[in-house]
Amino acid sequence: MSKPFNKLTAIAAPIMRGNIDTDVIIRIERLVGNSVRGTLGKWAFGALRYLPDGSENPEFILNREPYRRAEILVTGPNFGCGSSREGAVWSLQEMGIRAIIGSGFGDIFFANCFQNGILPIVVDKEIVDGLAAEIEITQGAGRIGIDLEGQTITSPTGKKHSFEIDPRRREGLLRGLDEVALTLQRDDEIRAFQASDREARPWIHFTRKSA
Amino acid sequence: MLAKIWDQHVIARLGDDTDLLHVDRHLLHDLGGSRGLLDLKSRGLSVHNAELTFATPDHAISTARGRAGTIKIGQELLAALRVETSASGIQMFDIDEPGQGIVHVIGPELGLSLPGCLIVCGDSHTCTHGGLGALAFGIGSSELTHVLATQALIQRRPKTMRVRFEGKLSLGVTAKDLILALIGQVGAAGGTGYAVEYAGNAMCEMPVEGRLTICNLSIELGAKMGMVAPDEKTFEYLRGRLYAPQGEMWGRAVKAWRELPSDPDAGFDKEVVIDVTKIVPQVTWGISPEHVIGVDGRIPDPEGIDDPARRAAVETALDYMGLKPGAAIAGTPVDWVFIGSCTNSRLSDLRAAAEVARGRKVAAGVRAWIVPGSETVKRDAVAEGLDKLFTDAGFEWREPGCSMCLAANGETVAPGLRSVSTSNRNFVGRQGPRARTHLASPAMAAAAAIAGAIADVRTMER
Repeated sequence: MSKPFNKLTAIAAPIMRGNIDTDVIIRIERLVGNSVRGTLGKWAFGALRYLPDGSENPEFILNREPYRRAEILVTGPNFGCGSSREGAVWSLQEMGIRAIIGSGFGDIFFANCFQNGILPIVVDKEIVDGLAAEIEITQGAGRIGIDLEGQTITSPTGKKHSFEIDPRRREGLLRGLDEVALTLQRDDEIRAFQASDREARPWIHFTRKSA
Repeated sequence: MLAKIWDQHVIARLGDDTDLLHVDRHLLHDLGGSRGLLDLKSRGLSVHNAELTFATPDHAISTARGRAGTIKIGQELLAALRVETSASGIQMFDIDEPGQGIVHVIGPELGLSLPGCLIVCGDSHTCTHGGLGALAFGIGSSELTHVLATQALIQRRPKTMRVRFEGKLSLGVTAKDLILALIGQVGAAGGTGYAVEYAGNAMCEMPVEGRLTICNLSIELGAKMGMVAPDEKTFEYLRGRLYAPQGEMWGRAVKAWRELPSDPDAGFDKEVVIDVTKIVPQVTWGISPEHVIGVDGRIPDPEGIDDPARRAAVETALDYMGLKPGAAIAGTPVDWVFIGSCTNSRLSDLRAAAEVARGRKVAAGVRAWIVPGSETVKRDAVAEGLDKLFTDAGFEWREPGCSMCLAANGETVAPGLRSVSTSNRNFVGRQGPRARTHLASPAMAAAAAIAGAIADVRTMER
């Protein structure tokens, strides 16, 4: 269950390279172990953020003011492609990211965002490019406004863009719903489905106990 | 076909094309399995259907002899998986047992993955199982907990895309080459939002293990799901497997499976036709699977690219890979060869590599690993003498697991070194920090090991 999301006005950082995969967002070594939550923020984009000697790469946008304090990412095409690792979303959330605007996302990453209270917004590439250009012109000083209820983005210079979002996911973010609890309320339906499915496809429900 | 399988699994319609779906098979591995079970426990919940859930360690275990070199965290994850699956009544296939292996290799091999099945796993390459006509896809950690708690999952129905591979494969061209060529053509986001069905006469003729390889790389096309219609080859592959239906049940199941293929007049939201006769053995040059060319091709030159974003992407990739623009890709010296992963670690893959390696030697200065996908693959390969063939040629023969594909257990390519790999991702740092990965088929990888450089396997065919 995550924090409800409604309106946000925040510094946005453009990361426009295409096909940024979840391996680049968080390296696997950082996710191996059972108690990694809460320690991942500093490892987000590790390969881009740090030089081989471990020091910060001054060239990387999130190491520069004011982008260091960004809560919104404006991203190139196919952001979050690759591995299903939800740790990629955790690391972004832990570094303070609350929304990501792009022309397209990896499908599993996209779903993982909603599970963790991050709003991924899909808009046309022209809008994404326009937002990135405006951020650059205002050198990060102009903030981006996001209104989830009204489904609008306000650009740094005040241009309004509307966006589409799956109503069920919008509702989930607005209210910070726990999907497991909601689905368990339908447990009678799940069990009824299984009972009739056992008749229709018994081979699915018949499994041997040992190899 | 997507619609048929999808509709059979709808427990409740939630509106806006979003449904609550029944999960038939939930596969757990060491990296996320125990975490999910512990998460469930912390919520005071229990596993909804332990008998439909199966586990095996693959990601974080060492593939060294005797598993020497499994890092501390890997040992802890394995121990936790043992404890939590046992407490929950979940079948686990432990190391050194038949059934252990890469989760996407053992599912089909054990007959756990069946046509028409809805299969999920906390791993993006779950799309592999679509090669048997299953609807299979990767999920995140939160969804994994949801499935453990409810045996169901909330999903929005994807759009459909059909890829028709038509024509006869040329010499040296394999399933891996077809799917890499497709990704090169439509891009790493070309399938985003779609469930892809692979069809065409080249798919009908392709053995099941090749279909698994093709479906495995669907996620590299951006598609969460990939599938091939089940046919007689599928049924023959599954007949007699441990968890496949037996006796009278087998006949009933096959009858149902014959209904699954798309109807002749089925419509798709997008369609791509690939003439496979034009495809040569493929190799990637960059940091996305879409950065791929024929082995007879040249490394792209950013000078000739007008679009500034594309030019910058090529420059970044070439800089990371340390390659010279415009040079021939063949002849690029390699340090490492990795043959394994859920893409290409099945018996047929090892046989293809062995065919190239037989009677030859790995080039001096090259380390080459063979990592079978499962304990069963390992035992079958040993029974055929492939282990000896490989070790005689100078390859290292390893225990089954994910190994260097995602490098979660310290099995990495050192910074700056160049690897030819049969795995699925050439991402920045995927095989280790600053490691450089070229994706290729098992035969191409074996050829690179022998030549000490990226080589055209067609010149080494016998």
